[in-house]
Formats: sequence, C-alpha cells, structure tokens
Amino acid sequence: MASKQQIGSARVGAWRRGMARSAIALGVGALAFGAQAQETFKVGVVSFLSGQAAESFGIPAVNGAKALVEAFNKGEAPAPYNKTGFGGMKIEAIYVDENGGATKQVQELRNLYDREKVDAVVGYVGSGDCLAVAPVAEEMKKFLILYDCGTPRIFEDGKYNYVFRTASHATMDNVALARYMKARNVKAATYNMINQDYAWGQDSRKDFMLSMAQLYPDAKAGEDLLPKFGAGQYGTEISALMSKRADVTHSSLWGGDLQAFILQSGPRGLFKRSQVVLSAADHVLTNLGDKMPDGAILGARGAYGLLSPKSALNDWWWSVYQKAQNTYPAQAPYRMAQALMGLKLATEKAMAANGGKKPTSEQLAAALKGMEWDSPGGKIRMTLGDGHQATQETAIGKTRYDAAKKMVVLDDIQRFPAECVNPPPNVKSEDWIKSNFAGAKC
Amino acid sequence: MNTAITILIDGLSYASWLFIVALGLTLVFGVLKILNIAHGSFYALGAYAAASFVGWFATLKFAPEWSLVAMLFAAVAVAVLVAPLTERGLMRFFYGRDEVLLVLVTYALFLMLEDVTKLLWGANPYYVSEPYALFGNVEIGDQVYVGYDFMLMGMALAVGLTVWWGLNRTRHGKIVLAVIHSEEVAASMGVNVSRVYMLAFSVGIFLAAIGGAFTAPLISVQPGVSVGVIIVSFAVVIIGGLGSIEGAAIGALIVGLARSFAVHVMPEAELFSIYIVMALVLMVRPEGLFQRIQARKI
Repeated sequence: MASKQQIGSARVGAWRRGMARSAIALGVGALAFGAQAQETFKVGVVSFLSGQAAESFGIPAVNGAKALVEAFNKGEAPAPYNKTGFGGMKIEAIYVDENGGATKQVQELRNLYDREKVDAVVGYVGSGDCLAVAPVAEEMKKFLILYDCGTPRIFEDGKYNYVFRTASHATMDNVALARYMKARNVKAATYNMINQDYAWGQDSRKDFMLSMAQLYPDAKAGEDLLPKFGAGQYGTEISALMSKRADVTHSSLWGGDLQAFILQSGPRGLFKRSQVVLSAADHVLTNLGDKMPDGAILGARGAYGLLSPKSALNDWWWSVYQKAQNTYPAQAPYRMAQALMGLKLATEKAMAANGGKKPTSEQLAAALKGMEWDSPGGKIRMTLGDGHQATQETAIGKTRYDAAKKMVVLDDIQRFPAECVNPPPNVKSEDWIKSNFAGAKC
Repeated sequence: MNTAITILIDGLSYASWLFIVALGLTLVFGVLKILNIAHGSFYALGAYAAASFVGWFATLKFAPEWSLVAMLFAAVAVAVLVAPLTERGLMRFFYGRDEVLLVLVTYALFLMLEDVTKLLWGANPYYVSEPYALFGNVEIGDQVYVGYDFMLMGMALAVGLTVWWGLNRTRHGKIVLAVIHSEEVAASMGVNVSRVYMLAFSVGIFLAAIGGAFTAPLISVQPGVSVGVIIVSFAVVIIGGLGSIEGAAIGALIVGLARSFAVHVMPEAELFSIYIVMALVLMVRPEGLFQRIQARKI
C-alpha cells in the first residue's frame, strides 16, 4: 500500500509529467506557430533592370516595389494594407531583369515558377513580353499579374484564367489626350505625329488618330513620322515637323528618345510653333527640369505623380517613395504599387476563404477576378477582360517650370473617370472609339 | 526649293556626325583589319566622359565656352586610357586569326563595355545640354536651326581633312600606309608595326569618343546609346568601301541625304532607305565605292 508521501509523490510526478507534456505540446505548438509565422509568400518581380527602358520605367518600378515590400513586411502601410506581409506571411521578392527579348522572358518565367517556386509573378513593361508570357503562365496554371504593358490585345484577343493586368491599357492615354484638347478648345485643324516604330508607337498613333476623327472630325493629319526605337537624333524629323506646320504635334515617345526629342526640338522652336501633346511623358520632367518647355500637354498613363489625386494613401505612398529615392514617384512606381496592393488584398481575401492557409493560384485568381481596390492613383477596378483587365481614372495637365521650386509643375489638370476614357466590357478599344465612345460616362 | 534646302541641311548635319564615327571604324579596319563592333561602346564612353568632364568644369566655375574643351579632353582621356589597355591587353592576341573570330572578340568587348559603363555611370541619364546653346540659332527659310549643328559640320570637315593629311602628307602617315600595304615589308624596313597598330587603334578610339562627346549635348546620355550608332556606321563604311577615308565621307553623305530625303518625302521608308542604298551600291560594287582592287599575294 502506498504511503501518503508516496501518493503525494506520485501526484507530483503526474503533475510534473502533465506539465512536461503541456510544455512539449506548447513548444511544438509554438514551433508550428513559428513555422506558420515564418511562412513566406514568394513574388517574382520582373522589370527592366538594364537596357533603354531601365532608367525610365524598370528601375523606378523596382525601387517602388522594394519600398512597398519593406513597408508591407513591417506592417507599416495604412489600412486596408496594414496586415504584416501578405496576411501574416512575409513577402520574399525576387527581382528579374526583363531585358533580353520575349524568348528569354518565357524561359525566365518558367524558371521563376519551376525552380524558384514563386507563388506569383508581377511584371513586364514591354507589350511583346506580355504577349509572350501570358499564354505560358496560363499553360502552367500559375498566377501572373501584368503590371505595366500597354497593348489592349492581351485581353481583347485572348482569354485567360490565371493572368491579370492591374493597370489600364494604352487606349486610355490617347483618348484622354484628345478629350483634354477638346475640353480646352485647343485648335487642331491640323496635327502632326511622331511615334516610335514598334507596337507601342503604332498603337498610340492609331488610338490618337481614331480619337481625333471622333472629336475633331475636320482635323487633318500631316506628318506621320515613325522613327526607329532608340534613334537618338531627331534633327531631320524636327525639320519635317516644322516644315509641315500643324496646330498640334502628338507623340508617345518615352525615356531617352523623348528626352532627346525635347532637348533637340525645344531650341528650334517646335513647342512655340505647335501645341505639343505627349501621351506618356511625366517620367522625364525631373530629369529635364528647365529644359522642358512650358505649355506642353502631357499624360502619365494614369493619375500618377504630379497628376495624382489627393488622398491619405497617396500621401503615404509619396512619402515612402520619396524617403527611399529622394525624388517623387512618377508613373512606373505607381503602376507597380497598384499591382502589389491588388496582389496583397487578393491574397488576404483568398486566405480568408481558405481557412487562413496560403492560397493556390486558382484561389488567387478567383479572388482577384473582378476585384476593386484603392491605389495611390485612385480606384482600380477589374472590369474588362471578364474581370482580368483593370480600368482606372486618369488625368492630363500642362507643363510649367517653377523657378522657385526648381522643378516642372503641372497646371490646369483635368481628371477623367475610368468610364470616360476606357471602353465598356466586351467592346474592343478600336470599335469603341469608332462608335464615338458609345456608353462613355464623362 | 525650301524643302530641298531643308533636306540638304538635315542630310549634311546627320552625315557629319556619322562621318566622324565611321572614320574611326574605317581607319581601324584599314590598318588592323578588324571589324570593330566595340566602336559603338567607345562612342558611348566618349559621351559619358564628356558628361562627367563638362560637369567637372562647371563645378570649377569655368565659362560655358570651356565645355567644348572639356568634351575634347574627354575624348582624349578615353583614347589614352582605353586604347592601350584594349589593344595591348586583348586585340594583339588575335592578330592574324580569322576575321570572323575578330568580329566575335570585338562583340564580346562591346557587351563587356556596356556593363562597364553601367558600373561606372549607373543607369540614370546624364545631360550636357549647356554647350548646345553656345552657337545660337540660325534661321534659314522657314526653319530655325541650332548653330551647334553647323559647328559639328565644320568639325567633321576639319577632322576628315586632318586624318587625310596626317595619313597622306606626314612621315608617320606614310609609315601607316606602308604597314597597310604590306606589314612584312614594312617590318623588314625597320617599322615598329606594333606601335603603328596601337597608334591607329588609339586614333580610331579617339574618333569614336569625339563623336560621342560632341553628340552628348544633343541627347540624354544613358545605357543603349552605343547600339544604334554602330549599325549605321557599318552601313556607311560598307557603302564607301572598308578602309577608305574618302569612302567614309561619301558613304556618310549618301546615308545622311538618303535618310533626310526619306523622312521629308516618304517617312514610312526611313529605315528602309539606308539599307536599300547599301544594297544598290553593293550590287554594282560589292567591294564598296572606294575600295581599291588589291592584287592577291600568291
């Protein structure tokens, strides 16, 4: 028979064993919790880190991504982006150079999914790259967000389940330019054009001409120049634009080409002789400074940078980027930000529907399809391409060099609602413009 | 009439820029028998160095006119620093090898120099726009031209005449011609062929760099400036005949005027114009306009 003391010892032993079991269970639980807390969401971020589009678009976009990922991981972003990482999962970003052509990008995309095991890819500035990688992601059944490229063809000619574009396509840019001119009674009996000789330049030229045909039916197109991409010297083209006098000169040049064109045409008086309208030019303003002539009408491919709306989210984004880069964000970081913000909310929505676990590509796609969210540049709505293609508001303004601030500022800004400058669902951009913007709400 | 004058001025302006760059390319081929793809990179180095030197001169409070001197210094610096390194450190190991191999070597060098410029100057653009306003504007007909473009025309003429005079009228030039004609005989007569090679390579690099340096005020200097220039320079020297100074001059004029004519009259044929001219010339004279028929050694 066991003594009291023995019984007491046995109880103490049982209690100790219970405590030990609980401690082990707690430890295991803590380990498991730790593992969950340590779980990461891997994102492949693809943009131009070298080549001609690097300085204008790729590097600012990646700088924006880095600043935003850091803020997300620290849980420092304002609501509804204030959960740490993506729903508690730390974001691990891998940055890949988009330079090298479509074939290389297809290989890199496969590499990201198969070897790096990324959960999502956000990327691509070049329309050719977007057209090449979208079918590959679809075939691999992997989640892909196209964050920048402009061609409307992706979702107008194709249908995808796993591919999304979180920014408006390029039709918006030229429709908004023409509408801005019309709203301000800009004289445009004649217009000249200079655009790069590749998909972007040709599409921009076509959209502008079609928009002009609707809004200025009597306007006549004069010079229609398509210099090669990266031409660098525009002396002859400027002479041609000056010779065939026109009320308006349109261009979708960007980056170094646009800067060279402005540096060469400014002193020759083109900006005084003709109203210059530029569809995607905000990103050169900080570089050009007082070399940018006053009075040019320009867009930023969205309500971005100096054209962005006043909001708490935009103020926060502006300060995060400015702190990291010592300059304000222009179009490229904005487009990257709205993609990553959309991905964050879609991931968290999909996790909530998945019992808090990391979502699959299918679950991510189901969450992002038709979603709406606030971005620093305004509301993003996945309204086109069966819920896979975004529309957003945009803005156009006029340049003026502010000597006191030592920077180019934009005056006379006009905002356009998304429904005013984007086609409605199931209507191709070209058909929509030709129908005199049927269904547009301005 | 106005259009004809505009085509002529624009054509001459483009040709003068092209001639300076193509002259170096044809000189290096003439002496060393190298089709130097890295020539485009030396052009870019000249542009970047000019951006740095002009900025440096500005911080030293030099008057704006001194920026032209800064650009010249930049081109000299590129030639002095890069030429011996490249020629002695790399190219000389491949002399006498298959010409295709030499093309590949210079292509590899081109790719490496692309990264070197990015390493040194980063991806951000540089502006040297101050010198562009130094020569004022010139009104001709209904056009306003920037005086700097006419300065470039004069510079191209001066550079072309200097190189021609140096080669044909000076002792050193005649030594270079002797090496071009027969390396073995020149060597047996006591000519230091290696030194001639390095001299010719340095002058070639200097011409590429000066082309880049004096183009810098027109453009934003950033990665990628080297690519376009090398393709069109090849078209020029192939039209003119590889290794010929007169050929480079006429080739640049033909390309400049053809391009200018196309932009003004048939813009959609602009890209096509340069290559159709090249194809037509090669159909009639496969060796180029100014390539002398050479006797084959047996």
